[in-house]
Amino acid sequence: MLRKLLIALAMVAGAAQPLLAAEGASDPKAEFKAFRSYFTNRFPKLALDDFVNGPYSMDEGLRKQWKAIDEFPPYDFAIDKGKAMFATPFKNGKTYGDCFPNKGIGVRQNYPQFDAKSGQVITLDVALNRCREANGEQPFDYTKDDMAALTAYMAFTSRGKPMDITIPDDPRALAAYTKGKEYFYTRRGQLNFSCASCHVQNPGNHIRTEVLAPALGIMNAMPIYRSAWGGMGTTSRRLRTCNSQVRGVPLPGESEEYRDVEYYLSYMANGLPISGPGTRP
Amino acid sequence: MASTIRVRAIASGDTTQVQSLISHPMDSGFVKDSKGQLIPPHHIEVVEFEHAGKVVFTALWGPAVSKDPYVKFSFKGAKKGDDLKVSWVDNKGQSDSTVAKIQ
Amino acid sequence: MNELSDVPGQTRRIILKSAVGLAAFGLGVGGVLTSAYAAIDPKSWPENAFKQKSEADALKALYGKSGEASDKVNLDAPEIAENGAVVPIAVATTLPGVSGIAILVLENPFTLAAAYKIPEGTEASVASRLKMAKTSKVVAVVEAGGKLYTATKEVKVTVGGCGG
Repeated sequence: MLRKLLIALAMVAGAAQPLLAAEGASDPKAEFKAFRSYFTNRFPKLALDDFVNGPYSMDEGLRKQWKAIDEFPPYDFAIDKGKAMFATPFKNGKTYGDCFPNKGIGVRQNYPQFDAKSGQVITLDVALNRCREANGEQPFDYTKDDMAALTAYMAFTSRGKPMDITIPDDPRALAAYTKGKEYFYTRRGQLNFSCASCHVQNPGNHIRTEVLAPALGIMNAMPIYRSAWGGMGTTSRRLRTCNSQVRGVPLPGESEEYRDVEYYLSYMANGLPISGPGTRP
Repeated sequence: MASTIRVRAIASGDTTQVQSLISHPMDSGFVKDSKGQLIPPHHIEVVEFEHAGKVVFTALWGPAVSKDPYVKFSFKGAKKGDDLKVSWVDNKGQSDSTVAKIQ
Repeated sequence: MNELSDVPGQTRRIILKSAVGLAAFGLGVGGVLTSAYAAIDPKSWPENAFKQKSEADALKALYGKSGEASDKVNLDAPEIAENGAVVPIAVATTLPGVSGIAILVLENPFTLAAAYKIPEGTEASVASRLKMAKTSKVVAVVEAGGKLYTATKEVKVTVGGCGG
C-alpha cells in the first residue's frame, strides 16, 4: 500500500523513475541514484553543491538576503562558544577530542554512523552526549544551545568536506536506513503531510509564507541559526518543529526515528559539501 | 568572560571597512514569554567606534534593531595595525567594550 | 530643540573626561572598559525620537527638520523579507557633506529604527539588520549639508519580526 502510494507520488512529481527500489528490499545505491536524478532533473540549472543551501538555492530574493546575513553570520557566537567548550577538559581531565578520530576536528561529515555495538544509528549529537557520559558528565538537552554550540563548531571544522555516510554490510544498518526512509515518506499529523510532501513534491514552492527546501542536502547546513528562533537549533529541534508544523506529535530529541531519518537523508546527500553551521529564515 | 563584540576591520588603502556583530538579546518589549508575560525591552542604545582618539561612527539603536545586532560602515584615515575601539551601552545601563586591531 | 544637536561631541568629551566617578556608569555584562577614553554618555541617545510614531514626528525629534525625496539616496532592502526579525537594509548616498543617516519603518510601533552619526572622514554608507513588524514602507534618511533627503521602499513581511 505504502509502496504504491509512494510510486504514485513519484510519478505525480514527474520523476523519470520511482525513488524506491523493487518491493521487498532497500537498495540504497539504486535509491541514491534515483533520489539524486529526481532533483537534478527537476532543477537542471542548479549547481549540485548549491542544493545544500536549502531555500536559498530556490529563490533569488531570499538568496540575496542570506548573502547579506552570511557576511557576518549570527552563528559566529555559537562557533566561538563551541570551540571554547571543545577545548575545556571534563572534570576527569579528558576532552571531547579524546572521543573522536582526529581529535574531533573535521569529522562531522561521517555522521550519522551505524554503531555495531549498540545496533543503532548514532548521530554526532548522540556521540557527543555519549562522550560526556563516558567521562562522568551530564548529557546535554538535544534541542538546546549547548549541544548546538558543539555541533556548530564541529560542523565548521568540516566546512566544504563532502558528506560521507556508510551503510555497512550489516542487516541492522540496512534496517535503520529503511526505517529512516519510511519515516520520511510516511504521512503524519493533522495536516497529513510526510516530509516528502514538502521536500520532494514541492521544493522551491511556498507553504504559507516559507519557501520549501529540497530534501537533497537538507542536513548539510545543520545546526542552523534561524531568524524565526533568534537563535541556534539542532537537528532535533528542527525535526520537532517540522512535526509540530504538520500538527503532529514531536518526538523527544534524537529519538530512533529522528536518527534513522537523518541517516537516510545524509546518505542521500553523500558527496555534497557540509555547509554548516547555517542560517535559515 | 569573552567580549560580546566581534569586529572585523579591514584596511584597503586609506579606507577601512568595519563590520561588527554584537551578542545582545535586543528585546523589543513587544514579545511575550511562554507564560504570556511581556518581556521588558532590553536593547543597546548607543555604539561608538573610536580610532586615534576620535569617534568615527556612532550607532543610535532602538528596539527595532535585530537580535545580535550587526552594522557595517567604512571610514578613512586608519591603517593596518591601528586600534579600533568599540563600546556599547544598553537601556539597562549594561555595557561592554573591546579594542580590535585593524587588519 | 532636536536631540542630536544638543551638545557637540567635543564639548561632551571634555566634560566627561573631567568628571570623576565615571566607573559608576557601569561595567555591565563582564565587559571591560579598557582605555582612558570616556564612557559613552547615555544621554546621547535620542530617547524622544525613538518614541515617535510617524515619519514627520521622528525626523522633527531627531533632526529638527523634515525631509524631501531624493534619488541620490540609495536604499537597499528586499522586496519580500525572509523573516521580519532580521531584514538586511543598507543605505548609501553620493550626496556631499553627510552628517547622519537614519532608517524608519513606518508600520513599526515606533517609527525610528536606527540612526547613525557620520563624522567627516566616514563614508556615507551603512548596512544594518532591522526588525519589521509587518509589511511597511521603509524610509532611508540622509542628513547632508543641513538638509534631510529621503528614499522610500515598501518591504513585504509575511512573518512579523516582533514576535509572531
